[in-house]
Amino acid sequence: MGFFQTNLPYLLAGISTGGQYALIAIGYTMVYGILRLINFAHGDVFMCAALMVIYSASYLPLYVSVPVAIVATGILGFAIERVAYKPLRTAPRMSAMISAIGMSYLLQNLALYVTGGLTKYYPPIPYISDSIEIFGAMTKRVTVITPIVTVVLIIALVSIIKYTKIGIAMRAVSRDFETAQLMGVKINSVISATFVIGSLLAAVGSTLFFSNYTGVTPTVGGMPGLKAFVAAVFGGIGSIPGAVIGAFIIGICENLIKGLGWTTFSDAFTFVLLIIVLMFMPTGLFGEKTTDRV
Amino acid sequence: MLKVSDLHVSYGGINAVRGISLEVPDGKIVTLIGANGAGKSTLLRTISGLVKAKSGSITIDGEEIMNKNITSICEKGIALVPEGRKVFSNLTVEENLRIGAYLRNNKEEIQKDYDWVYKLFPRLKERSWQLAGTLSGGEQQMLAVGRALMSRPKVMMMDEPSLGLAPIIVQQIFSIIKEINNAGVTILLIEQNANMALNVADDAYVLETGEIVLHGPGKELMENEQVKEAYLGKKKS
Repeated sequence: MGFFQTNLPYLLAGISTGGQYALIAIGYTMVYGILRLINFAHGDVFMCAALMVIYSASYLPLYVSVPVAIVATGILGFAIERVAYKPLRTAPRMSAMISAIGMSYLLQNLALYVTGGLTKYYPPIPYISDSIEIFGAMTKRVTVITPIVTVVLIIALVSIIKYTKIGIAMRAVSRDFETAQLMGVKINSVISATFVIGSLLAAVGSTLFFSNYTGVTPTVGGMPGLKAFVAAVFGGIGSIPGAVIGAFIIGICENLIKGLGWTTFSDAFTFVLLIIVLMFMPTGLFGEKTTDRV
Repeated sequence: MLKVSDLHVSYGGINAVRGISLEVPDGKIVTLIGANGAGKSTLLRTISGLVKAKSGSITIDGEEIMNKNITSICEKGIALVPEGRKVFSNLTVEENLRIGAYLRNNKEEIQKDYDWVYKLFPRLKERSWQLAGTLSGGEQQMLAVGRALMSRPKVMMMDEPSLGLAPIIVQQIFSIIKEINNAGVTILLIEQNANMALNVADDAYVLETGEIVLHGPGKELMENEQVKEAYLGKKKS
């Protein structure tokens, strides 16, 4: 019982962090699945979502500003794709990748300009930022809410992809642009939809994340973005269940290591885990196995 | 009627199609035969909008469709069964058919076409829940045809449906092509298997290095000495 009591808060924190990583990781994995592009700007979209909440909260009540910021992040994702990736659709993949890095720096520098480099603080959101007690462990309510929100959103997303017309089109486009076009699928709309969905989920993840860690700086998206990317690769990039499971594993392991008193090594651990997994399973846990027949 | 006049297409730096004119009258099967690199596939890809033409004209029922976007050409009732089948291997058979009907919204009409496709290819019905990537080559070809039919096309263009299939399967596919045609779908068929193609075709064209060198009813071309020698593998006697 003693062991359980000591580690429970870390386990809870791990599940919660895992959920937040999962929401970001889906954006990486979906974009990769369709465009074979690693959207380096995704972590910065996550940061922008937080800044939008902070700035809009000074004019609007929170119950308006949070949804507004989430929608605005979706629009931001759409705009990024149109500006930075669509013109490079037929260019070599490396060009789009470099455009992604450029977009990442652009967003960071815009944020630096807007905030003046000062750390901004995320407004406490009533109810979800409150402290609660579970089995004797003190934590914020967001810790409990995160996994629930994550699971609900993922079930919704998976249903969209599995059962709706746009979902089938997404899967078709991810396999074969040209033939999908022959069916009348407008690939640009499908790609835009992917970016919008990824950004909306990152915005939700951002709300949950910063309710816990309230300081927002222009580069704050870097580490969670990188961890979520690692989670996506770990689970097999392109696979949504893979990204989610990878994110939870990374979130939980990272926090348990903190619980053991090795906080310094928790980030290093994530990357070591990635290296080990890639050594033995180069396509990740649920990576695409090529089963095509000629 | 699908009509192509004086079409020129350059593709990857070469003039793949040099002034082709042909007509595909409603309700007929028209075939185009020719060796590798004659420009057959390029022609079909240009009609469906995947490749941009340099000059000329492509009309369907008098309406110009050359260099329009792919979706609007698809809406005009032109479907392509691509070379190498290109079924979506990560989608189930049923989902492949569903995406074939992507531009249509009338559920009842779509259901009728599901039933029709499943009647034409009972094998697909048995496997409707299977991933298309797990089907055999012949089944994938059936699925590619079924998927094209789901858009309820006026003209169905087929790019080498016999490619890499066993002779018995090829025969089945051709008898189904006949059946689809009898149901009122116009067919433009490209083949290297000249024997099969000329047999079913009402009208046939022979393509060499981007130009049409012969034109006539299918049965007539089968008797043509040049065609016999070049495409049917029969020596001059």
